[in-house]
Amino acid sequence: MELILALGIGVLTGSGVWLLLRPRTFQVIVGLSLLSYAVNLFIFSTGGLRTGAAPVLERGAVGHLATHADPVPQALVLTAIVISFATTALFLVVLLAARGLTGTDHVDGREKDR
Amino acid sequence: MSGWTNHLMIAPIIIPLVVGAAMMLIDERRRTLKAALGVASTLVLLVLAIVLLRMADGMPLDGGAVTVRVYRLGDWPSLFGIVLVLDRLAALMLLLTAILGCAALVFSLARWQHAGAHFHSLFQFQLMGLNGAFLTGDLFNLFVFFEIMLAASYGLALHGSGLARVRAGLHYLVINLAASLLFLIGVSMIYGVAGTLNMAELANRIAVIASEDRALVEAGAAILGIAFLIKAGMWPLGFWLPNTYATVSAASAAIISILSKVGIYAVLRLWLLMFGESGGASAGFGGVWLLAGGLLTIAFGSVAVLATQSMARLAGASVLVSSGTLLAAVGAGQSAVIGGALFYLTSSVLAIAGFFLLIELVERGREVGADVLAVTREAFGEDEELDEDDEVGVPIPATMAVLGASFIACALLLAGLPPLSGFLAKFAMLGPLLSPGGTGVSTTAWALLAALILSGLATVIAMTRTGIDVFWASPVDTVPRVRVVELAPVILLLTLCVALSVQAGPVMRYMEATARSMQAPHGYIGGVSPTPWPSATVEGGDR
Repeated sequence: MELILALGIGVLTGSGVWLLLRPRTFQVIVGLSLLSYAVNLFIFSTGGLRTGAAPVLERGAVGHLATHADPVPQALVLTAIVISFATTALFLVVLLAARGLTGTDHVDGREKDR
Repeated sequence: MSGWTNHLMIAPIIIPLVVGAAMMLIDERRRTLKAALGVASTLVLLVLAIVLLRMADGMPLDGGAVTVRVYRLGDWPSLFGIVLVLDRLAALMLLLTAILGCAALVFSLARWQHAGAHFHSLFQFQLMGLNGAFLTGDLFNLFVFFEIMLAASYGLALHGSGLARVRAGLHYLVINLAASLLFLIGVSMIYGVAGTLNMAELANRIAVIASEDRALVEAGAAILGIAFLIKAGMWPLGFWLPNTYATVSAASAAIISILSKVGIYAVLRLWLLMFGESGGASAGFGGVWLLAGGLLTIAFGSVAVLATQSMARLAGASVLVSSGTLLAAVGAGQSAVIGGALFYLTSSVLAIAGFFLLIELVERGREVGADVLAVTREAFGEDEELDEDDEVGVPIPATMAVLGASFIACALLLAGLPPLSGFLAKFAMLGPLLSPGGTGVSTTAWALLAALILSGLATVIAMTRTGIDVFWASPVDTVPRVRVVELAPVILLLTLCVALSVQAGPVMRYMEATARSMQAPHGYIGGVSPTPWPSATVEGGDR
């Protein structure tokens, strides 16, 4: 399971970074989204990977990390998803504004000299 | 520690949140009401910041005593819940934010508030994010407040719209989104090893981390550091900064200019907590990088100051110089130097914000592109043709005289020349470096000394050149129409700098107390998490 998750994070990060460095705003936003997925998976994995372990305690039960999943990374990942979703939406608006004002989807607002 | 005064700590976050949200509901056309609400809230924040500063200053400083006030959200123990922590450094930054907030908001009343929708709400959210980032004692909560602050700053940076702003704003957004992702990676790596996000608890545990995990924590901290240093504008990470700051509208630029200092604040706080003297085997980790990065930033900033052709970019480059100076001073790692660095931070925040506001007033009376023309003319040696009739006996209009005097004050402050506080700050940083007990002066000290003096020289040259072009070369230009509400904030900020110079003794005493309490973070750690590791590994059941 660790290997698959690590590969997944690696592929997402690699694609994300590559797209982030591309000159078109649409590629940049897709790159940022992929990177944020990779980061979210990464945060999730820092709590340790385990199947069938609950992050929430039953009433009266004594929690232990051997039998329960760590709830903190799950809470963090939830926050991170919300925030990255919001900022991506914001970026989308700026992207559209830039497209409208400059007439091109180049990140610098102008095409390279042809 | 009980009673209502204890709840004052959360007020700097709650008040702008409530006021900002309420203003979203008010119709955009009721400008007077919105402006009145915004000004009232910002003034309340200023009063609060002063009260909190006095509270922080009253706390004991002797060895072992608690030097912080802690506010536990939801009254959870600090190991489980999020805490807000007020110490001298946080109180100082709160006060600076409130002062800048007042100045920028009053300035915006003249015209900038009309340039787009929801200016006042964004402004309040900006203040909320800044206050929260300074008060929080939890690493992930710091991330949340960073994002609030940045989201508001995106709005403020784009306020007024226009081609140049959207283009620069796009870059600003992308680089900060990428930095936020690095922030998350760093935080989760640290959590994965240390098992806590509470800054004080982290400082407790950093010394006892197993040696095979140490590299992982240090890597996490380094990635976190990169995220902060992108905000601070350290050399290879700060190319976005002058461009963004130059295009942002003046009122927004004045408040956004403190964002780079938030990066510095985060580095200062976390680095001294985690890798200070209690850091065990990791003590001093990354100090060399901070020093080298700071020196390179000063060098780059000085070249940028000399090379710029417009005043707004000059101000952006000055931000780089001041960031570099602070990073290098922190990296030099002596408590006496840090006291001086905090004084420098205060002085430069006020001066740069004042300069951003001043630029807009000065440039109002000038034709677009005049700066570029002037520099090109200088380079090609073409003299301006003089109309001899006009030259004799033209009195300086009062407005220009005030603007000119403010410009001179800004130049003195930014370049660090006597008699204003910029000089005192540089002196306070260099003094301890050059007079160490017994041993000779180190190479580091000489390098820092040279960098500070050369950057000062570069600033003097650039400011003089700009000043001559703006105030002397063109008496025929129309005098800018400036209203009192716009001039007052500039004069307020510069007067505060003068006050800093006059009252340097008491201010410096406060800064040194701050530096001492940060160098020996036991007071902070003891105040926040009274239960030391490892007694509280896993608890449950009886919540």
